Amino acid sequence: MYSEKVMDHFQNPRNVGEIENASGVGTVGNAKCGDIMRMYLDIDDSGVIRDCKFKTFGCGAAVATSSMATELVKGKTIQEALEVTNKAVMDALDGLPPVKVHCSLLAEEAIHAALWDYAEKHHIKIEGLEKPKSDISEGEEEEEY
Amino acid sequence: MIYLDNAATTKTAPEVVEAMLPYFSEHYGNPSSIYSLAGESKDAVTKARETIAGILGARTEEIYFTAGGTESDNWAIKAAFEAYKAKGNHIITTKIEHHAVLHTCQYLEKERGAKVTYLDVDENGLVKLEELEKAITPETILISVMFANNEIGTIQPVREIGMIAREHGILFHTDAVQAFGQLPIDVDACRIDMLSSSAHKINGPKGIGFLYIRKGVKIRSFVHGGAQERKRRAGTENVPGIVGYGAAAKLAADTMEERTAKERELRDYMIGRIQSEVECCRLNGDPVKRLPNNVNFSFEFVEGESLLIMLDMEGICASSGSACTSGSLDPSHVLLAIGLPHELAHGSLRLTLSAETTKEEIDYTVDKIKEIVAKLRNMSPLYEDYAAGKTKSMIKG
Repeated sequence: MYSEKVMDHFQNPRNVGEIENASGVGTVGNAKCGDIMRMYLDIDDSGVIRDCKFKTFGCGAAVATSSMATELVKGKTIQEALEVTNKAVMDALDGLPPVKVHCSLLAEEAIHAALWDYAEKHHIKIEGLEKPKSDISEGEEEEEY
Repeated sequence: MIYLDNAATTKTAPEVVEAMLPYFSEHYGNPSSIYSLAGESKDAVTKARETIAGILGARTEEIYFTAGGTESDNWAIKAAFEAYKAKGNHIITTKIEHHAVLHTCQYLEKERGAKVTYLDVDENGLVKLEELEKAITPETILISVMFANNEIGTIQPVREIGMIAREHGILFHTDAVQAFGQLPIDVDACRIDMLSSSAHKINGPKGIGFLYIRKGVKIRSFVHGGAQERKRRAGTENVPGIVGYGAAAKLAADTMEERTAKERELRDYMIGRIQSEVECCRLNGDPVKRLPNNVNFSFEFVEGESLLIMLDMEGICASSGSACTSGSLDPSHVLLAIGLPHELAHGSLRLTLSAETTKEEIDYTVDKIKEIVAKLRNMSPLYEDYAAGKTKSMIKG
């Protein structure tokens, strides 16, 4: 069902963990749907992403897309990181099964959410970055159990 | 490999395969033909029917072979609705039935004007008898409640349900796909009017099942085109399948006491180890009224598909009620019906034992579960928040 690359990133996820005093932290998805991603960014003064770490609650594809997304944004400028789309994540993983495409969207959104947090903390506006669509609290407020 | 997904399907027993083989190559006659070659096939079908009827306390002519549990459920419900529509259009079932029952009921609601009550269950998955009684109306023609649940293993109070149905003159169908061969069943004592079963759950072949229909229940054929199965299920009999089913049923009945005692012991050992060695986990299903081979846990903060893939990498086959394993965004309807929040339903793991399962396999599996759950929690943002004291456990409170 999964490509070798997806399986590799699932079995040996890169950059799992937290960054203390991160420049930006973004959490997207909600546990009701079975996926939550949290992305930590360490961004230096010149706007380059020095480090990126993640934590994910989710299926194999969710873990693999998070892992790949951290690899793709590390060392990039903020503007370059914004160009890391879900398609770029998917391509880098040699594709995903159709039912798992949403995982790559979540990875893209997690990067954006972390960048949004960075922008808010630093009172700056990042060209081309929109407020992330969903976050963890939206899911919790519904309480539809 | 450690196979702990025996509720999904089982290995066909060697003696079952052995019994079937001659009916492919030597005794291949069509049971409906008149020459002696055909007679051998016909006799074999009759013998299997007698064996199964004997196990259920039924009459031979009350067993109708089908292509499996799903067909049996479809037939029982659709044909009963058709046959008894002059009396009423109301069906009572539960929220935790197999989709073969649920989707059939939904079809009848949507396309045939049926009214269906889907009963709630308690936190262990048990039907509440007083709610069943309350749901009965003069229009009620059928009660369909599964004997035992395929996901959480909960065994329903079938005898009491049968009694209620009989008192009100309502047909009682039970999906016994997980129960037949695992639990003693007497159709008269439980007042069962129709019962669905499938061979591949009890070390028989795939593609063969039966529907027990009590004599006097007026349901008609669902598949037209021949006089097979007393004109109630047309089509040339799956003779090797039927022979295999007979052999598997006999084997299951003969070994039931000893086998299920061993399974129960291992099941409870596994449940005990997981409960005491993994924090924030929940046993799903009734701890006592439970299929002998079913273990089902939710592990908080982790997701089921990840768990399954990692278990698979350790050579362990299991299943989960996570959405990711169902191809939709919703987790198992059974786990939601017993009141689990989505988070815990996504983190469920079902392990179903067989007669061949050993204590060593159970120990190895529990050790691996502990490692994998710890690994997944280590990368879970939900666990991070819990460990930091920002959120509470849904299980521990």
